[in-house]
Amino acid sequence: MQIIYTDVLVIGGGLAGQRAAIGAKRRGHDVIVLSLVPAKRSHSAAAQGGMQASLGNCFGASGDNEDIHFADTVRGSDWGADQEVVRMFTHTAPKAIRELAAWGVPWNRVARGDREITVDGKKHIISEPDAAHGLITSRNFGGTQKWRACYVSDGTGHAMLYTMSNQAIAANIPVHERMEALALIHSDGRCHGAIVRNLATGELLAYVARATCMATGGFGRIYRVSTNAIINEGMGAAIALETGVATLGNMEAIQFHPTGIFPAGILVTEGCRGDGGLLLDGRQHRFMPDYEPEKKELASRDVVSRRMEEHIAAGHGAHSRFGEHLWLDIRLLGADHINNKLREVKEICQYFLGIDPVSELIPVRPAQHYSMGGVRTDHRGESPQLRGLFAAGEAACWDMHGFNRLGGNSVAETVVAGMIVGDAMADFCDSQAGKLILSTALVDEFGQKQQRLLAGIANGNGSESAFELTRLMQETMTANVGIFRHRDRLEQAVSTLQELQQRARNIGLRSAAPGANPELVTAYRLQRMLKLAQCVAYGALQRTESRGAHYRADFPRRDDLNWMRRTLATWPDDEAGLPTLDYEALDIMRMELPPGWRGYGARDYIEHPQTSARQQQIDGILGDIPDADRHARQQALMPFRHLLPEHLRNNNERQGEEP
Amino acid sequence: MNRIPLRPAARTLQIQVLRHNPHDPASEPHLQTFEVEEADTMTLFIALSEIRERQDPSLQFDFVCRAGICGSCGIIINGRPGLACRTLTKDLPDRITLAPLPAFELIGDLSVNTGKWMRGMSERLETWVHSRNLENLDIDTVEQAMEPELAEQLYELERCIECGCCVAACGTAQMRQDFVGAVGLNQITRFQLDPRDERTDAEFYELVGDESGVFGCMTLLGCEDMCPKELPLATQIAFLRRRMVCSG
Repeated sequence: MQIIYTDVLVIGGGLAGQRAAIGAKRRGHDVIVLSLVPAKRSHSAAAQGGMQASLGNCFGASGDNEDIHFADTVRGSDWGADQEVVRMFTHTAPKAIRELAAWGVPWNRVARGDREITVDGKKHIISEPDAAHGLITSRNFGGTQKWRACYVSDGTGHAMLYTMSNQAIAANIPVHERMEALALIHSDGRCHGAIVRNLATGELLAYVARATCMATGGFGRIYRVSTNAIINEGMGAAIALETGVATLGNMEAIQFHPTGIFPAGILVTEGCRGDGGLLLDGRQHRFMPDYEPEKKELASRDVVSRRMEEHIAAGHGAHSRFGEHLWLDIRLLGADHINNKLREVKEICQYFLGIDPVSELIPVRPAQHYSMGGVRTDHRGESPQLRGLFAAGEAACWDMHGFNRLGGNSVAETVVAGMIVGDAMADFCDSQAGKLILSTALVDEFGQKQQRLLAGIANGNGSESAFELTRLMQETMTANVGIFRHRDRLEQAVSTLQELQQRARNIGLRSAAPGANPELVTAYRLQRMLKLAQCVAYGALQRTESRGAHYRADFPRRDDLNWMRRTLATWPDDEAGLPTLDYEALDIMRMELPPGWRGYGARDYIEHPQTSARQQQIDGILGDIPDADRHARQQALMPFRHLLPEHLRNNNERQGEEP
Repeated sequence: MNRIPLRPAARTLQIQVLRHNPHDPASEPHLQTFEVEEADTMTLFIALSEIRERQDPSLQFDFVCRAGICGSCGIIINGRPGLACRTLTKDLPDRITLAPLPAFELIGDLSVNTGKWMRGMSERLETWVHSRNLENLDIDTVEQAMEPELAEQLYELERCIECGCCVAACGTAQMRQDFVGAVGLNQITRFQLDPRDERTDAEFYELVGDESGVFGCMTLLGCEDMCPKELPLATQIAFLRRRMVCSG
């Protein structure tokens, strides 16, 4: 088996992986990126509507800053997020967007003068000042107090990914395409790289590295209906889990996006509603204000998706031969706006639905969209259990999203986390702990184990079909671990998944084609996906409360008293049918923003006694420094800048804000 | 209105695929026909996945986003390059012939190595913003202003998804291995238009001012006709050529 040595191995060629790679390379380390597909085809390209960063340039963004972005994100997370990490993120997001602007992303810009906007179904004329002309503009998104989603039409992720990939090419970073990591090489709590399969030739290789970064995105494909690309099967998180050492955080926290086109599940952006689009029911009645008078269509995604499903269950859906759905109406935005700012949406509607959204309604229904959970890391992006293993972006549970992430915060997280983790990996490589000490015998051992596993599947002659079992897993997850969860159905899912796990040991392949062998790929990925699915289902069964996107019909209230904790899953015994769950407390006494009502959704929750204690403490601290500026007040409550790399600690300048 | 159009009766599609596995010494390129029951809103993504799951698990093809945005699934569909994921079978006749894109290295069946080709093109044309300041950027202060129309024009050219359809549709690319294709020339116009890129016209000329670049184009217009993103490729090439002549 060929062994390739590098300082830093980045697994995943999307925005997070490539930004981390660029960061480590700039610090003088050799970096190799592995990618399942050509890097520019990564799922980051699918981000449509925008990237959250509090630049505060345009009309609706006026007065925005890190503090408001922080509060929106924590409320969005339903207080499940790590608030220090949220601070690191909101502080760095403006820097990330400005870096990308200099690197070449053609962000849409503010144009001076009057223009028409659509808010709450009505047209208004607003005026942009001269001073903001040419600066980066932004649009409204759900769960935010300001227009904060900076965008490039509705191809934001595409533009960002192309700029990022091109800069990685400029930095001479090799991307080894069509490569899939099958296992992490590790010993004594230290990661040494990965065993990798070449998806074009079927050959196995070893990549030995001082630091390894998981940037493999989410695992939406454990569900039948998902907006995710078909490569989003969570293999990065799964092989971290299979170390038996690294933990996965909050795997039950799964986001469903309100507007997947029906029935294909392809995403149309939240920007449709941010720009003024409405949700209508079967009678073409605008129903969201009935449920959510404050934020209407622009409550957070978990809330809107739940309200939509609730409305369908109450018999108000539109009927089609594929089942029931609702309508997204963007006709009121007008042809000009749709053709310029929502052109990908228009193309998707034309090609997949055969309709023109300028004059017709778009059939939509919530679809699985995002995995808040992933490889649990510390604030630097390193696994606390497996040194030398880092994670960034959707693959990680860093944990800035808690139980629900805001639209536009994930694409922002990819770049921000990439900036921070790239530096953290460089620091690690520079340190004594980052020295590479391992025997090639260990590499061989891990390689041979994968060789045996693959041969076992290829020669197993079992009776089960990998495609069929994959389909059953996906249907179980969509049916029983969806938006509305209940003990009975979760128990059903857990036992079905266990049964599928047994059956997956008896797979027989019909094809022995040399080279890629797509059937073999499906078979070995299935076994790993079943473990991830079980972490989701079993974690959801154990969490007897409702928080963010995790909604238990039998425990409908958020329970701060018992559940201010993050789920941690490990899978120490490969033969076991269930993960081992552990919990990590979130300390209210250290929070800058103690738990409360989100400003939308349910008002009813079980309070923790520390919440009022912490609030009193905060009032006292702030009362002592009445003249301090916002930065000093923040610093007094929850210092975070020391957690960032030094070059990211400065204040962000804004047009019109006093320094 | 507001209803997905219905089809009256289901068809049985004859899907003929040009197959070859270069990793199998016994493999010879050949056409194989699969029969698929057409379903409502069936795309070639759905049809090919169904063939792989139910009929021939060794069939190779590439899909990633299945939403027409990532550029992975360019193939030849009844003689014309296009994105398979967003091609609805209802728009095709009963007999459908699929072949891999020409001009790219074959991985197997319908899967070709566009990634390698595009990376080579990017390295050769240096498709990134060249600026002396990138290493020491000040990212704490307000960004440089840009005219809103210019930003939109840049995005217009950046909508390219590097699917390779323009290369497959190009007469020159079939004859000259080193031709950078409309995809490459379009990127040159994109960076030439970008004030953040400090390269001069003469430097761009160095990159594409010959037969492997802008003067290799025979103006057959296949690129623009076949571009799934409807980019004005021929116009860009004409513009670039005029500008090269002026600067050369």
